[in-house]
Amino acid sequence: MSAYILRRLLYALPILIGVNLITFVLFFVVNSPDDMARMQLGDKRVTQEAIDTWKAEHGYDKPLLYNAEAGGLGALTETIFFEKSLKLFAFDFGQSDSGRNIGYDIRQRMWPSLAIALPTLLVGLAIAISYALMILFFRATYIDFGSVVLLVAMMSISGLFYIIGGQFLIGKLFHLVPISGYDRGLEALKFLILPVVVGVVAGIGSSTRLYRTFFLEEINRDYVRTARAKGLRERAVLFRHVLRNALIPILTGVVAVLPLLFMGALIIESFFGVPGLGSYTIDAINRQDFSIVRAMVFLGSVLYIIGLIMTDISYTLVDPRVRLS
Amino acid sequence: MSDVLLHVSNLTAELGNGERPLRVCDGIDFSIRRGETLALLGESGCGKSMTALTLMRLLPLSGRIVGGSVQLDDSELLSLPEREMRGVRGGRMAMIFQEPQTSLNPVLKVGDQIAEAVRLHKPASNAQGASPPLLKRRLFSGEAEVAERVVELLRAVGIPDPARRAGEFPHQLSGGMKQRVMIAMALAGDPELLIADEPTTALDVTIQAQVLQLLKGLQAQTGMAVLLITHDLGVVAETADRLAVMYAGQIVEQASVDAFFAAPAHPYSRKLMESVPSASKRRGELAVIPGRVPPLDQPFTGCRFADRCSQVMPACREAPIAWFQPNLEQSVRCLLWAEGPARLQRASAAVGVVESSASSLRLETATAPRSATGLESEAEALDAARLDAASALSRSAAAPEGHALLATDGLEVHFPIQRGLFRSTVGHLKAVDGVDLRLQAGQTLALVGESGCGKTTVGKAILRLEPPTGGTVRYNGVDLAAIRAGQMRRYRKDLQIIFQDPFASMNPRMLVGDIVGEGLQSLGLEKGRAARRRRVAMLLEQVGIGEQAMERYPHEFSGGQRQRICIARALAVDPKLIVCDEPTSALDVSVQAQILNLLKRLQDELGLSYLFITHDISVVAYLAHEVAVMYLGRIVEQGTAAEVLDAPRHPYTQALLSAVPMMDKAERRQIIRLEGDMPSPAAPPTGCHFHPRCPQAIADCALAYPQPVQLSKTQSARCLRIEV
Amino acid sequence: MPVILITDALIFLLIAVAIAFGLYAARHEHLRGPWRQVGRSPVGVAALVVIVFYVGIGLLDSLHFHPLIEPMAPADLTDQRTDQRTDQQAPTYSTQVISVLDRWLSGLRERQEKTFSAPFAIQLFVKEAIEQPDGSLIRGYPRLEYGGAHLADPAQRDLDILLRGLFGMVKGLIAWTAVMTILIALRAWHRQQSFNDSASRIWRGETKTPWRTVLITLALMLVLSFVAAELAAKYHILGTDKVGEDVFYQSLKSIRTGLVIGTLTTLVMLPAAVILGIMAGYFGGRTDDVIQYLYTTLSSIPGVLLIAAAILMLQVYMTNHADQFQSLVERADLRLLFLCIILGVTSWTGLCRLLRGESLKLREADYVQAARSLGVRHSTAIARHILPNVLHIVMITVVLDFSGLVLAEAVLSYVNIGVDPTMNSWGNMINSARLELARDPMVWWSLAAAFVFMFTLVLAANLLADVVRDAFDPRLRGAS
Repeated sequence: MSAYILRRLLYALPILIGVNLITFVLFFVVNSPDDMARMQLGDKRVTQEAIDTWKAEHGYDKPLLYNAEAGGLGALTETIFFEKSLKLFAFDFGQSDSGRNIGYDIRQRMWPSLAIALPTLLVGLAIAISYALMILFFRATYIDFGSVVLLVAMMSISGLFYIIGGQFLIGKLFHLVPISGYDRGLEALKFLILPVVVGVVAGIGSSTRLYRTFFLEEINRDYVRTARAKGLRERAVLFRHVLRNALIPILTGVVAVLPLLFMGALIIESFFGVPGLGSYTIDAINRQDFSIVRAMVFLGSVLYIIGLIMTDISYTLVDPRVRLS
Repeated sequence: MSDVLLHVSNLTAELGNGERPLRVCDGIDFSIRRGETLALLGESGCGKSMTALTLMRLLPLSGRIVGGSVQLDDSELLSLPEREMRGVRGGRMAMIFQEPQTSLNPVLKVGDQIAEAVRLHKPASNAQGASPPLLKRRLFSGEAEVAERVVELLRAVGIPDPARRAGEFPHQLSGGMKQRVMIAMALAGDPELLIADEPTTALDVTIQAQVLQLLKGLQAQTGMAVLLITHDLGVVAETADRLAVMYAGQIVEQASVDAFFAAPAHPYSRKLMESVPSASKRRGELAVIPGRVPPLDQPFTGCRFADRCSQVMPACREAPIAWFQPNLEQSVRCLLWAEGPARLQRASAAVGVVESSASSLRLETATAPRSATGLESEAEALDAARLDAASALSRSAAAPEGHALLATDGLEVHFPIQRGLFRSTVGHLKAVDGVDLRLQAGQTLALVGESGCGKTTVGKAILRLEPPTGGTVRYNGVDLAAIRAGQMRRYRKDLQIIFQDPFASMNPRMLVGDIVGEGLQSLGLEKGRAARRRRVAMLLEQVGIGEQAMERYPHEFSGGQRQRICIARALAVDPKLIVCDEPTSALDVSVQAQILNLLKRLQDELGLSYLFITHDISVVAYLAHEVAVMYLGRIVEQGTAAEVLDAPRHPYTQALLSAVPMMDKAERRQIIRLEGDMPSPAAPPTGCHFHPRCPQAIADCALAYPQPVQLSKTQSARCLRIEV
Repeated sequence: MPVILITDALIFLLIAVAIAFGLYAARHEHLRGPWRQVGRSPVGVAALVVIVFYVGIGLLDSLHFHPLIEPMAPADLTDQRTDQRTDQQAPTYSTQVISVLDRWLSGLRERQEKTFSAPFAIQLFVKEAIEQPDGSLIRGYPRLEYGGAHLADPAQRDLDILLRGLFGMVKGLIAWTAVMTILIALRAWHRQQSFNDSASRIWRGETKTPWRTVLITLALMLVLSFVAAELAAKYHILGTDKVGEDVFYQSLKSIRTGLVIGTLTTLVMLPAAVILGIMAGYFGGRTDDVIQYLYTTLSSIPGVLLIAAAILMLQVYMTNHADQFQSLVERADLRLLFLCIILGVTSWTGLCRLLRGESLKLREADYVQAARSLGVRHSTAIARHILPNVLHIVMITVVLDFSGLVLAEAVLSYVNIGVDPTMNSWGNMINSARLELARDPMVWWSLAAAFVFMFTLVLAANLLADVVRDAFDPRLRGAS
């Protein structure tokens, strides 16, 4: 097992280098370090000296990908790409283009993100599974049919409308909770409720429908017939046999996204003014802060790969048939 | 208490909604006495399994019981409320299924799955009838007691080390073990009736023997009755007391096993029996039943077999057929018996003699009726038989020293097993580990073995569909294992393959004409489209399908027809040798007969050689000239068919042959029981691979793999215990 | 003078591909059968009718041209907003690029108010200083320039709306009757039945294709369209936005954007996904390693960030090379195309992985082995045996992806990395309306309009996707 994980981690290295290369190239195809400096320093009439100083300060005073002057291995290592990437691999995100410490910002902002994303995931999961089970229990009846129509309708509504609608209904109309904002400690709770509720409702349609197909796939299997032939009650068949098997793809799917929860929910966070990583990312995009974007891309990729590895491991835990090799 | 345990009368069930439901069982009547085994026999699509599910009231969602009655002892099952029916299921009436692989819940330990049944049904012995399940559970709540009972059940079904096995998951058990677990689960409620739906069909023949023996033993111990659903006449003959033959949703004949095998009364039963291949039928063609089982979504008026029956009379189609009783132990739904046995005898005198050969020529697609009258076809059949005999004679004379068309020496196919940080190869899965075969031109070599022994891999390695990792494959002196992939194209024309599953071996998206013509096109044998079409039409005619099939898709054909098309595809490139990889094991016995007849005829006409890979001994006996028996990647015994089948010398061959269920009592041998299952080819036992299961093993067997012992000019075996 | 924007060209290509595929499918039972099943599902055909309406509008909006400048060009004033004049152009044609739909809706397009007005309003939504006849100024809600301008007395409005609505309904029903008659006649002629016979069969629901459902949906859509058309001639039926543009017009124009994103993205990603996925699965080994590396790397980058980086890059490029674009329309069009491409880059990996898995299985299928033993070359084997047998997966993915992409556009536009801000899209409508939500009373109509139009399309697409998937994926067929 540990050999497997180690191998997967080694395999992640070339992927992360590739990710870095892609973001790097995408950005510098049109921008030069000079452009960046000019933009950060306030455009227009900036002296070349000021630009050079900025570049030296921020580590942009080397060739981008290939250093023709440096010999040997230096041709590759003494470049902006190599130096910036190397630091990323040590999780040293450095400074943002506007001079803030990215690592610090991330550490600060990931908790509010998690505080929204995790409850959203868990509550959503519980509701979707229970609902799907209920549909399964009443399969091939009008409850089944009506529920499917409802679910399809729910997933046909853009998430933006859930947010706007939720904000309007709960916040503005009933004045139950504040519309947006965030606070420290327990005070945060009242700010969390609305985004979590909206997140859960927005996700129910697609997840319940997906789980319903998982359940339906299982209920037609031979072992279910065996269970019935034993004389088990329908409820016992559903809970002990069908649910157990259908939970495998559900849980492993959840595990895959678990690490990515840190990344936060882009739209919800910025709508509700939560100072998480999602809104951080959006701000960075709007400010064209390349350092933050690159750090977030790297972080996202790392978390994605961790999610993949965790998925594989979780398979071995919940499915006795699977062994890592 | 009466003697009759289960009485089913006029049971009718339908599947699917809409205007044309499938009437999967239609007016089924039978009864089972206590302690008796009733076999429900029929080919696929006859509604046997659905009948069983109907008895358990476990039909799928779209199914429903239309009418009839099922009386278990005194209780009418069809009118029981569902809650009480649950008590019957797994309690008084238990069921095991065909596929042990999928019938167990993969994520629950087998012990837990049995325990479930134990908890539900335990006090069945002292509280007969339906008491609410809750009460039962309270009566039997001690978990220790449950665990004890689970182990006891596992021990009863012959699972070694039951306490440990109870804690394992289904995938850790072999197929045979899983079926034992299923049986243990069924026994948990001390059932009075066990419904076994094709319990051994998915198992190898030696494992089948184990399981059938187990069932018999349990039956003797507990006195339960068994409803055995099967398509295998041999299994019926060896295990059942009485049988009911099912055809198209109806029972057409009921009889005691002895009476039935002495003289089956219904034409369908007779044909079924005649179509089973055996050594004694070698000289002639097997009987076949033309056409296919009619779809069950139509209303029937007369006899459902009428369209396929060689003795059909106008009256057969007019009204439902009543039951007739030729003798005390037999009853049949056939008008031939309307006037007692006399009329039948007259009928068979008139048709019976030539009937088998005539109908065997009448192939499945009756669209182009052949002109063959009885007399002509009889002559043809005689001719064919003479030809066969003559060629067999000449072949056997030339066999041993003659020039081998195909010869493998030390053929190996090893798959690397990779583990660890850098996926280093830590071992090899030796699927094929040094196989020597000789195949003479125009002959059939049967490669016999149980699943997992590597026989299919041998076939694929010869065609380089699986790259050999060692040894040589000499075809006409050229080593196919050594030439480059590009050069192999030249030999593709000569070597062809037919696969096991006719449903998977044709691209469902292509027209039959294109499928058959594929080789002609890719090997550039017929460049022009028109010429290709002519050739394809000819080939389809040759295999008895007819050229109008060209514009149709594979799914429009039955399994047997598809296998014919596959044969036509292989024939298209004019091969010298065809690897037949279990070409009939997915087919019903009457359809199998058609394919075997066809293969035999083609061999005679075209001088083809077959490497016939199979696990079915009766097919080997009928078709093969030479036999090689394979066990765990190696050949343990080979020789002519007569030598190997009549006088097997290797203990494995002996055990294998003894396990084959036989219809004819005279042919049955004392079953040599093999313990356990075939080991994994990744870690074969030291020395002789067979020694851990061998009843004759001695200490030396574990030391080294035995060298072949030449027993005659043609027969050899690899066993230390053979003395020449 | 016709103009063909890049996305227009791709749309035509898509239609050509669709027609070619339709012809191919018609000759292959394994594709025709499931589609026939779709055609027999009431939900499926109802969804199809709705989608046909959307597609029709989208296509009309994809036929672009430079309009002739008429001697008196009243449109000039209003068009300046989207117009970028260059003087080299031939004098007879405007440099402005408009579509057939624009021409058709020119009334809606040209009747621009000053600022917000509610649906069916005849007065502005905000108070302004109004000059009274006597020269004094009072603050009040001024009458709209166009909306309800024909009414002398504002009190007549409700009655007027009712009458016009009824008139539109009658028109709609007449149109519907005409269509229905043609349909029934065609069917009767095709089936060699009498007209009455055919009609009664349809109304009793005895036809295999649920024509009754088709006709009912059609009636609904036609009546709605005619009522809307009738009313829109005199009112702003969905109000106007901040700069006074008709929201109904915006909603209709947004249809093309939504459709383009939903379909072109898939078209763009399809070749890569299909070719790479099949190659990885079929050849295995090194090829598989490289392709797997490629898609794992791409899919590990958070999609939004990749899109953001790409769009930012494009923006910078466009600012630096502003001279390369003749008009704003072309510029917006290029951005739309680029968005499709980048969305395609982020979304092909899922399909690629699916196809890899399926090809891996098919490679071992008996018929592929048989083909190999017959000496069939790899390229032929892929084209003949693998591709046709994964086509249903491709089709299911295309249909399933569509609605997701339409929804994604809205979200991306919200983050300002969607389509060009000058382009009409539901995302842009929501985005600009969001800022006005804080007003009291609320400006809700832009939002509501975007919601209704988007929801209808996505719901229809989702329902159709369900039916298509059930028809093509036999695993779940009959499960419920």
